[in-house]
Amino acid sequence: MTRLQEFTQGARDMLPMLLGAMPFGIIFGSLAGAAGMSAWQTLGMSLLVFAGSAQFIAISLLNAGTGLIVLLLTTFVVNLRHALYSASLQPFVRHLPKRWRVPLAFWLTDEAYAVVLHRYTDADVSPNKHWYFFGAALAMYLNWQLSTLIGVLFGQSVPNLSAWGLDFAMLATFIGIVVPTLRNSPQVAAALVAGAVALACYGLPYKLGLMAAAFSGIAVGVLLERRKEQMVEELA
Amino acid sequence: MDNWLLILGMLAITFSIRYSLFAFPDLRFPPLVRQGLHYVPTAVLTAIVVPGMLLPDGEHWALGPDNAYLLAGLATIAIAALSRHLLATIGGGLLVFFLLRWALGQLPL
Repeated sequence: MTRLQEFTQGARDMLPMLLGAMPFGIIFGSLAGAAGMSAWQTLGMSLLVFAGSAQFIAISLLNAGTGLIVLLLTTFVVNLRHALYSASLQPFVRHLPKRWRVPLAFWLTDEAYAVVLHRYTDADVSPNKHWYFFGAALAMYLNWQLSTLIGVLFGQSVPNLSAWGLDFAMLATFIGIVVPTLRNSPQVAAALVAGAVALACYGLPYKLGLMAAAFSGIAVGVLLERRKEQMVEELA
Repeated sequence: MDNWLLILGMLAITFSIRYSLFAFPDLRFPPLVRQGLHYVPTAVLTAIVVPGMLLPDGEHWALGPDNAYLLAGLATIAIAALSRHLLATIGGGLLVFFLLRWALGQLPL
């Protein structure tokens, strides 16, 4: 595919994710004011940070009067999962010059990661797959800015917007990403263990339970996969 | 506290994490790590979804039939497994969620 085809295909493949992210951006935009953020700061956070769950946690911590250091520490732990995404996509972007790797890293969200990884693991050897990444990431970015702006402008005119439960949209999006990955028993086990550890460690400070759960799930997946391979070798 | 300082701090932290491995193009991972990376989407996102369904307010367990996050979450999983279609999963899941919230009288109408 040409660069333009890859770019538009990437943007198009993000459309379902945009539906899932938009409600989340709207509540962020409408609730940030109550946490003491001005309209410009709210838009600035979406433009510069571009990390939905961290932004959301930041405003709830601001509401609770949490200090700067704890806020930044929590941002670090919550966003550590992106280091795993960065590692996962590194083999596919390593050949690109820095002027590509820097913006693509800035735009590396959960949703873009899932869609782009899927494209990179397609069998064809298109040399323009980074244009697909660019299109997908840019669509997500513009959608996030637009939904934050909608929240800032109109959030106050809908009473009790926070009571609608718009945050479910993020769960639905992530479910839509995870379920198709459950193709074999190691993947299913990784999900079960990650879910169980996330529940068991939920009380840990700074959302540390998330990384504990992620690493437990990954470890169990790898362990089971290796055991399966051994059994196949023994049978052979 | 200056919110702009917070925003710049979050920018620096978030970007550093996302760029962490892109910054080293010559780095090659050992097979064990590469194998582990195959489980990243499943493990990370499940670790976010499961507590979101069972502890929707972030603090209290909600296992009853009045928890729309749990019921609609299960319905969304079923839609995903049957349809294998992302837009149908997200749209259908949201529809089930809001219908449940409405039926349970949990919408601020």
